[in-house]
Amino acid sequence: MAIKKFAVACYDDEEVLFPAVKQVRNSGYKIHDVYTPFAVHGLDEALGHKSTDLHIAGFIFGLTGTSTAVGFISWIFTSDWPLNFGGKPHFSLPAWIPITFELTVLFAAVGMVLTFCYLNQIMPGVKKHVFHPRQSDDMFVMALELNEHATEQEAIDFLKSTGAKETSVQIAEAGWWYGRFDKPEEYERLNA
Amino acid sequence: MNDRFEIPASLKRNSLALIAIGIITLLIGAFTMLGGDVYDKTRFWIVLLHNSVFFLLISVASIFIQAAVALAQGSWIVAYRRVPEAIGANVWLFGIIALVIMFCIVFGFDVKGVNPIYEWVHPGNDKILQGKSNFLNKGMFAGFSIVTVGLWAFFGRKFRAMSLAQENAPKNNTKIYWKFFRWSGLFLLVYGLTQMSTTPWLWIMSTQPHWYSTLFSWYTFASAFVSGMALILLWVVYLKNQGNLVLVTKEHMHDLAKFMFAFSIFWTYLWFAQYMLIWYSNQPEETIYFKLRQQGPYSVLFYSNFIINFCMPILILMSRPSKRNYFTVTFMAMIIIFGHWLDYYQMIVPGPMGSHWHMGWYELGIFAGFVGIMMTCVSRTLARTSLVPKNNILLKETIVHLS
Repeated sequence: MAIKKFAVACYDDEEVLFPAVKQVRNSGYKIHDVYTPFAVHGLDEALGHKSTDLHIAGFIFGLTGTSTAVGFISWIFTSDWPLNFGGKPHFSLPAWIPITFELTVLFAAVGMVLTFCYLNQIMPGVKKHVFHPRQSDDMFVMALELNEHATEQEAIDFLKSTGAKETSVQIAEAGWWYGRFDKPEEYERLNA
Repeated sequence: MNDRFEIPASLKRNSLALIAIGIITLLIGAFTMLGGDVYDKTRFWIVLLHNSVFFLLISVASIFIQAAVALAQGSWIVAYRRVPEAIGANVWLFGIIALVIMFCIVFGFDVKGVNPIYEWVHPGNDKILQGKSNFLNKGMFAGFSIVTVGLWAFFGRKFRAMSLAQENAPKNNTKIYWKFFRWSGLFLLVYGLTQMSTTPWLWIMSTQPHWYSTLFSWYTFASAFVSGMALILLWVVYLKNQGNLVLVTKEHMHDLAKFMFAFSIFWTYLWFAQYMLIWYSNQPEETIYFKLRQQGPYSVLFYSNFIINFCMPILILMSRPSKRNYFTVTFMAMIIIFGHWLDYYQMIVPGPMGSHWHMGWYELGIFAGFVGIMMTCVSRTLARTSLVPKNNILLKETIVHLS
């Protein structure tokens, strides 16, 4: 939870957005995030994001699923409730492979979705500040974090020079939160 | 831009040396084995059958990937599309070699009234073979094989010709693009009716004519396709090392490696699906296939097949950095080609050879000969035209491609 001051720029074309991102990064401003109405290929590299560790999480979730399935089935069929299926041995690995595979996929998929939601700070019931209502419609919105080294006017002028259609300065919560945020007193409570 | 490939002297020398090794092996094999007992003779022919079918099917996979990508309107292959085109344009050569060998076996290989490789040639009093003789007979085999190879060879050359014609077409003209699209659809139909269903029944599964599996053709297709992608990757890496294919970046290599990775898993899926159903129902006429391979004299090949073709790709190619590393993907491409060569070996050889199999100078020498033929003819085709598909309407898209 941190209230910060942002300079927000809206672009109407990704071909303007890419050079703008480059200029902003070169001039030393810190980009909080860029919001786009659709997935823009190559934007994560332009923003300098390192590649995600989501797939490592997926691998670990998958291994958890595999060991859960093999452990659980082998416990049931060899010690808890052994059954005779057509004279096959109690420990029949080939017959368990489909279930093991399914559980691996299930654990990996569900685990990765939840991890993805956590990393991107999206979850049912969770709120985030919306910098511009058209960021999910037809505008590419870039938010810069302002600090004592960068004055508002400088930042706004600079953003306008990169081709922004609209600019504004906003004081907003940077992270996510649970609950309401439309009441001024909650803002103040968090700020205190 | 370095868009012409000039065959280096080392490639010419090495490929000719490999062909020479193959021919010498063939001659020595003919002198030492054809005079021997029935298993010596069978070994002579079945290794030729195994290698010619394997190399034919992995080169046909290059035509398949062109058609599949054209139908999906993919651009990622365009940067190096001359490579699958060149491999596909040489399908006729491997087709003729395979046809000659198969016809020698079907029509000319006879040991005391029995054909040791294709037992169905003389059904005799065998009820099962008599019942299958409407499909498994010499005329059907010959006709079907000629039609299959003819269609594959035609499509391989047709695709290359269409793609080359695009270079001289008016700029941004999509006529040839849509023509290619339609021919691709037609090829997938042909491919589905040959490689994905009937052809492996005739060429491979009929070496054990009493046994059958409805999944078999899919399984051979997965095997051929993953090694075909590995073959394309090896050529792309080689051409990049020669300073050609400057448009190909790590993004394109990543895509090829993803295909190798994903279809190794797909191969395992089919391998296991076939195995598990037979293991589960446990009927003697079906389990005979795995009795011989898993518990019999081929168990070494059976388990190494699984380790090489599943465990190694899934562990080594899983992470993103390893798919973008030229050394890892080249190494894995060679491993995958060798592994699926072993896979074809244990599809074809166990039925006729039983416990009398050898993996030695003869098998590897013939393999070397086929590698030499592949290197010679594909490099010659590649050197004939520019490696950059100029004027291709997806060229810009492939340059900015991100995997």
